[in-house]
Amino acid sequence: MSQMREKLENTNEVVFTSEFPALDGGGMAKVEKNAARLAPWFVGVNATDNPAAHAHASNTASAIAMKMHGIEPIMQIVCRDKNRLAIQADMMGAALHGIDNISLLTGDDVTAGDEPESRRVFDIDSTQAINIARIITTGKYLSGRKIDPAPDFYISAVENPAAPPFDYRIERALKKYRAGAKYLQLQICYHSDRLEKFCAGVAKIAPDLKLIPTIVLVKSAKPMSFMHDKVPGIDIPQDILNRVSSAADQAEEAYKLTVELAKHAMTLPSVRGLHVTDFRHDDSLERFMYDLGQKPRN
Amino acid sequence: MLKKLLPFVEHVLKKPVWDCRMCGQCVLHSTGMTCPMTCPKTLRNGPCGGVRENGNCEVIPDMQCVWLKAYDRKVYLPLPTVWKDHFNELRPPVDMRLQGSSSWINLVTKRDQQTPAGWSTTDESH
Ligand code: SF4
Repeated sequence: MSQMREKLENTNEVVFTSEFPALDGGGMAKVEKNAARLAPWFVGVNATDNPAAHAHASNTASAIAMKMHGIEPIMQIVCRDKNRLAIQADMMGAALHGIDNISLLTGDDVTAGDEPESRRVFDIDSTQAINIARIITTGKYLSGRKIDPAPDFYISAVENPAAPPFDYRIERALKKYRAGAKYLQLQICYHSDRLEKFCAGVAKIAPDLKLIPTIVLVKSAKPMSFMHDKVPGIDIPQDILNRVSSAADQAEEAYKLTVELAKHAMTLPSVRGLHVTDFRHDDSLERFMYDLGQKPRN
Repeated sequence: MLKKLLPFVEHVLKKPVWDCRMCGQCVLHSTGMTCPMTCPKTLRNGPCGGVRENGNCEVIPDMQCVWLKAYDRKVYLPLPTVWKDHFNELRPPVDMRLQGSSSWINLVTKRDQQTPAGWSTTDESH
C-alpha cells in the first residue's frame, strides 16, 4: 500500500516529499547513491517526466528503479509529450510495477527546454488526465474497455498558488480535487500572503484536499534570481532577494530564509507536509530536517 | 451542401472575433467568450502554472494568458448566469475527429456532447 496514502489519509503525520534527480547516465549505481541520501527523510519522492522539457530517463523507468532501491515513487506524468493513449499506457505501466502514486501535470512548454523545435502534444490537459487516472481506478480505460482488477492509484496533482489569476487558482485546485486528486504539491511560493490566501481558500471549500507546499534549499541569491528571471510562474519579492544578496554569508541567510518559509507554510490550513527541493547538494538537507523537528526514518 | 458551407461561414464569422481554431466543439459560452484553443497548450480546464507575474503567457511572453482573459471576462462581462456557472465544469478531452467541422452543426446534432464510453465526471469517493 502507498505510504503516501497511508500517512495522509490515516495519520496526522507531517509528510515530506522530494524530487529524484533526473537520470541521464550512471546506471543503478547513481540511483542507489541518490536513494541513500533521500530515503531517510521522505515518504514519497517524485519521479519526474522530462522536467523543464529536457529529455531524461523516462518517468516509468525511473520510478521502477527508485522502487527497487527502497524509495516510494510519486510518478509524474506531464501532458506535453504524450497523447491520451501514451498517458494511459504510463499509468498502466506504473500499475504493473506496483507504483500507486500518480501525479498529473500540464508540463512546461517545449520552448523551456533544449529542444524547442519539438512538437508539443497537449492532447489532454492535466485536469482531464487526473480524471482519466480516476476512471482507471474504477476498472476501465477512457474508451470504456474493462480493466480487471482495477489499479488502486493514489492520485495527486500540482498547483501554483503564486501565479495569476490568484482567485481562480483556488477554483482550479478544487476542480482537480473533484476530478480525483487527493493532494496537491504546490509550486514554490515566496509570497507568503498568496500562499496563505490559497490554503485558506482550499481549506474552506475542500477540507479533505491536502496541500504540500514546496520549499527550495539554495546556497545563494543567484539561483533565486535565476528562478525569478527565467522561470515563468515564479516571482520572488525584491526585499527577499535583497535580504539574501546583501547578506555577508549568503548561504547561511538563504538557509535561514528557507527554514522561516517552511515553518510558516506548515502553520497554514490544509497543509499536511512539505515538498523539499534541494539545490544545495551539501549537508544542509539533514540540518534542515532536524531544524524542522524531523528524525531520520528507519 | 450545408455541411460544407457552414464550416466556412462559421470560420469567417468567428475567426476575427475569437480567433476561432475550428475545433468543432465550441465551449466559448463557458469560458468567458475566450477560446481556449488559442492557448499554446490548448488547455480547456484552466491556466497552467507558468502564467507570468504580469499575467502574460509562459509560451508567448507578449500575449496575455488566455485563461486570465477568460477569467476576467467571466467575472466582469454581463454573461448569462448559467454560462458563468459552467466556467468550472470539467470539459472533456477534445475529439480530434471534429477538427474543421462546424460546431453549430455539432451542437444541433449533439455530436459535440458525445464523449468516450469511459468518460465520466463523477467521483463517488467524495
Ligand atoms: S500561460 Fe496561459 S495561455 Fe500560456 S500556455 Fe499557460 S494557460 Fe495557456
